[in-house]
Amino acid sequence: MRRLPVRLRRAGLPYLLLLPALLLELLVHLVPMVIGVTMSFKELTHLFLGNWGAAPWKALGNYRISVDVNAPVGAALLHSFWVTCVFSVLAVGLCWLLGTAAAVFLQEDFRGRGLLRAVFLTPYALPVYAAVITWAFMFQRDNGLVNHVLHDQLRLTDGRPFWLLGDNSFYALLVVAVWKTWPFAFLVVMAALQNIPRDLYEAAALDGAGRLRQLRRITLPSLRPVNQVLVLVLFLWTFNDFNTPYVLFGKAAPEAADLLSVHIYQASFATWNFGTGSAMSVLLLLFLLVVTAAYLLATSRGRKHADG
Amino acid sequence: MADLAARTPPPTAPRRSPNAGGRPAAARRRSPNAPPRSFLWARRIFLTALTGFVLLPVYVMLSSSLKPLSDVSGAFHWLPSELTVRPYLDIWRTVPLVRYFTNSLIVAGSATVCSVVVAVFAAYAVSRYRFRGKRLFTVTVLSTQMFPGILFLLPLFLIYVNIGNATGLALYGSRGGLILTYLTFSLPFSIWMLAGYFASVPRELDEAAYVDGCGALGALFRIVVPAALPGIVAVAVYAFMTAWGEVLFASVMTNDTTRTLSVGLQGYSTQNDVYWNQVMAASLVVSVPVVAGFLLLQRYLVAGLTAGAVK
Repeated sequence: MRRLPVRLRRAGLPYLLLLPALLLELLVHLVPMVIGVTMSFKELTHLFLGNWGAAPWKALGNYRISVDVNAPVGAALLHSFWVTCVFSVLAVGLCWLLGTAAAVFLQEDFRGRGLLRAVFLTPYALPVYAAVITWAFMFQRDNGLVNHVLHDQLRLTDGRPFWLLGDNSFYALLVVAVWKTWPFAFLVVMAALQNIPRDLYEAAALDGAGRLRQLRRITLPSLRPVNQVLVLVLFLWTFNDFNTPYVLFGKAAPEAADLLSVHIYQASFATWNFGTGSAMSVLLLLFLLVVTAAYLLATSRGRKHADG
Repeated sequence: MADLAARTPPPTAPRRSPNAGGRPAAARRRSPNAPPRSFLWARRIFLTALTGFVLLPVYVMLSSSLKPLSDVSGAFHWLPSELTVRPYLDIWRTVPLVRYFTNSLIVAGSATVCSVVVAVFAAYAVSRYRFRGKRLFTVTVLSTQMFPGILFLLPLFLIYVNIGNATGLALYGSRGGLILTYLTFSLPFSIWMLAGYFASVPRELDEAAYVDGCGALGALFRIVVPAALPGIVAVAVYAFMTAWGEVLFASVMTNDTTRTLSVGLQGYSTQNDVYWNQVMAASLVVSVPVVAGFLLLQRYLVAGLTAGAVK
């Protein structure tokens, strides 16, 4: 008697369970995204903000402005795009390297291991703005720690360089982003390492494999599936990162560290031209979709080959 | 240890191996996989350097928060000229920090609770049922992670304003709107991780609950949730941190009364001067609850990742 109603209810139950999540995602992500795409085809300036539906259609006009590299808007966007690409590749590479190295070195038990683990996770736990404001203080030209060490103590630089203005700002941003993000790589790799059986290492050691060989033959191959997701997630986060440059530089980032999300924010809110801003965001999203698809395709195929 | 030693081949009869000749005999005798000295030194140097890099800003935050204003306005010094707790007293007066703190607590706390509840339901459906559109759902939800926040910031802002105009429900500028926004930020990762975690809870336990007369929800709350508690704690920590640290939406969607810490902290810089000692003191104060909570619960995060997402 009890079985039948349960089975009947079961057909609808999964959808009922998913409903809250689905509605929230629709409200906050999917519907706004559709509206955002619509906006990118409109001439949405401050004149139409109150009643944005009435803004005139502009077809591909906003896109034409965004990709016209001979005009200032397009050229600035292209520059920002390159900066973001170089920045993301470097940041992801360094984060992965630091995270993996630290996780591998903490794989075996030794005194102080638990403490180090907690210390290494601190940058990840700190609220972004608190950590980045501290870095902004350290990078101050006249009263910051970085110039004090480099110029006053080590005498490596002639004058006191600016770190948050000009070309140096790229390196400042990179250091802060790596400092803040590498613990995530550490956390994930550390979790993945716990799934590798100890016996493998002991067997390898019996066969005379040294540490480097164990790393190459056991650890890194076991990490491959995790790395596939980890690198992608790190890349997407870094590429879309707004918080770090925004808190570090304020509303206007220096040209050398002009990441896309801040650039688009600037382009939208400084000129109140949200149509063009939306078109730029859509282009950014398309780029990320293509990269993600290509990446997943390439890495999955590589894995299948390795398995077969 | 004895077991390992017994399995070590005696040095007189080395196994066939290309690399054995390079290793010192002493290291081999101790245990088959005792770390060689070069490895120990590499580890020591690397971990020391990394600790320095990680803790440098923490030291600057702490030491500068105990300095008088004259110390942080002039050239940097490693040690304070005199120790003072004045910055810690002043931060509450320079900006309405208590109000920001309360707002952040309400927003991040509510977003966390809602996000975890919604994620538990969704993850249970994904891990326990086969249904049409399951793959579509997971792919869609996960792909929202790659949306640039800037793309839906303005549309969302317009939606909230329009909902407010139509129904009188004040979402824009209110804490409710921010809670709603933040809870969806952590949702994709939470569902993904919990689904993996739930999948590792044996289905036989659910079946047993059914036999005992529980419905699906009974099985979820009596069996699966308790068994997956570490994963749920991990997800809650993640959701709280996400909400506590967000800047972009907080800077657009709040007003004077609902401002959260992430925006409010910028109030310590005036037109000409930044009270760096107060900024550092305030940063430290707002960091302590999250960092303490995170470090206390981080073992669950690792356990949750190990059981769920990583597999």
